[in-house]
Amino acid sequence: MSITQNKSVLAACLALGIFGLARADEIKIGVAEALSGGAAQYGLSIRNGFQLAIEEINSAGGVGGNKIALVIEDEQGKKEEAINSFKKLIFQDKVLMVFGPTLSNSAQAADPIAQAAKIVVFGTSNTADGITSIGDYVFRNSVTEADVLPVTIKTAVKHNKIKSVAVLYGNDDVFTKSGYDNFKKALEDLKIPVTTTETFAKGDVDFKAQLTKIKASNPDAIVLSALLAEGAPIMVQARQLGITIPVIGGNGMNSVKIFDLAKGASDGLWIGSPWSIENRTKENNSFIVAFTQKFKSTPDQFAAQAYDAMHIAVAALAKIKLTGDLNKDRMALHDALPSVKWTGATGPFTFRRANDKAGKPAGYDAQQVPIISVTRGSNYSIEK
Amino acid sequence: MLEQQLFNALSLGCVYALFALGFTIVFGVLGVINLSHGAVFMAGAYAALNAVTRLGMPLWSAIAFAFVFSGLVGLLVDVLILRPLRSRGAPHLIPMIATIGVGITLSNLAQGIFGAENQRFPVEVLPQKTLSLLGLDMTALELGIIFTSFVLMTALLLVLKKTQLGRALRAIAESPRAAVLLGINVEGLFRLTSFVAAGLGGVAGTLIGLYSNALFPLMGQPILHKGIAVIILGGMGDIRGAMLAGLFLGFAEVLSVAYIGSTMRDAVAFGLLFLVLLIRPKGLFGSTQERKV
Repeated sequence: MSITQNKSVLAACLALGIFGLARADEIKIGVAEALSGGAAQYGLSIRNGFQLAIEEINSAGGVGGNKIALVIEDEQGKKEEAINSFKKLIFQDKVLMVFGPTLSNSAQAADPIAQAAKIVVFGTSNTADGITSIGDYVFRNSVTEADVLPVTIKTAVKHNKIKSVAVLYGNDDVFTKSGYDNFKKALEDLKIPVTTTETFAKGDVDFKAQLTKIKASNPDAIVLSALLAEGAPIMVQARQLGITIPVIGGNGMNSVKIFDLAKGASDGLWIGSPWSIENRTKENNSFIVAFTQKFKSTPDQFAAQAYDAMHIAVAALAKIKLTGDLNKDRMALHDALPSVKWTGATGPFTFRRANDKAGKPAGYDAQQVPIISVTRGSNYSIEK
Repeated sequence: MLEQQLFNALSLGCVYALFALGFTIVFGVLGVINLSHGAVFMAGAYAALNAVTRLGMPLWSAIAFAFVFSGLVGLLVDVLILRPLRSRGAPHLIPMIATIGVGITLSNLAQGIFGAENQRFPVEVLPQKTLSLLGLDMTALELGIIFTSFVLMTALLLVLKKTQLGRALRAIAESPRAAVLLGINVEGLFRLTSFVAAGLGGVAGTLIGLYSNALFPLMGQPILHKGIAVIILGGMGDIRGAMLAGLFLGFAEVLSVAYIGSTMRDAVAFGLLFLVLLIRPKGLFGSTQERKV
């Protein structure tokens, strides 16, 4: 083959490639996640989950013969960038729907844009209250703390004969404070007496004053709403003070890093999560194997939820006929999504209608049974 | 429970004092509130961590490494930023603002290199022993922090009071210009002070990082705020004052948790601090001069 022929082949490939991206029968889905900045450890996991799902879906022939293309934007975990990314995806790239953003804070800021443009926005990691009350185009498959914490407490109580608990939480952080509110409500509903409620602030290094007081109040367990930065030292210092009772943690404590950060003192931490690597279902196993092969790292909850979310969206896409009229197609997808039922890496899933602040039906939350685990050695063991 | 809380207060107070010692001597000698001290504290902790995990150093030499590393960072800050400002006669707020920038730069650098997530010292290098004595639960690290902060305070006081170097430093604290006229190498001592103060900050970072089990790029920020309160309460630039005020803050915080409630902790501790300053506006050991070692 001569050089010129070579070049023309190359040119043809390039042309095909470029042309391929803009082909009419390709379905564009937007992804806006925090790929840099402080929330990147979550955002990157989420992106990997999406990419794995898309690879599977496209290699199985796509949806109705159409391949799916992801348009990925980095929203940096910031409100302003989330808004910018959403605007670009919705108005410039003209995607059919958007996934993201990573943090609840950003979702509060960016989701109203999707709602106003009447395009589905699907969060896979937003667990704060009030996200889905923004409007009926807002969906999420991330299980909220309000749903998880009561189950965590119930399971821990059943296994440990807990009659009273002490509560410890970070009171200067929106996330840990909202975790505390949910814990408080769950404890009231379950009629479990609280011996003492103690707080700490972000950046504290010493928790022994609070823990000494907790020890003196003689509870059967500690309910802890903290991020790992403070939560891990709390576990260590509690054990140093000879406090050996179980610790019931919120979502902030749900990370395998606890085994490293509280090494030697990480036993007896109860947490609830929508996903667990120890959950040996057929769907979860195949997800874990495929993810590990593709990315050479073990998946986490965020990857699993993103992976499932993509399959849920595609299940809705399979039910509709695309017309090529963007507004009609976006609306058709919106109408098809709520009735999707899916069993994936995180187990059986359906949507549940959420209400807005006035009590009228708004967006869609996840309806899913959380998995409760307790730390033993350097592993989680699932408890029912 | 009271004995345990008093011990908790002592060890927390020493954590604050340990941080404040380096912070206060920079102010005493250079007359600069060095707001990069929190980032230097973090840099020392990361330096020790990497000395242990990557270079395989034992803990004591990792602490020495942290001293030298963060000392050099402090030296660089002085040579590259504070000295040019001094030589141009910048008003005293300017170096303070400049050190805020240094702090932000260092924290972001650490985040770029090490990532935003928490890290910790490997569990094998930690002295794990918990002593139970007279109904108290004490860890070897707490005892180490208490011991180190008292030893450092005494050593610094002795150097300042009894040695030629100390006399020179006190002369600079009185008046840098007069010190130059007396033939004292003022710039050299500024550099030495920056090195030692930052080095102490790095050691504090390592010990507190070991104690709290959590290293992260912004770990110096909250303790910097407490440190400012401590050196103001102690009397700016005073070493005994920094120690005493650190202990004061520790006791105020722990006892307000024990007897009033943890939600009121900072309100009580800083309310007390405010009261002390109302009565003694120069702080516990402050004198009428602006700067003092």
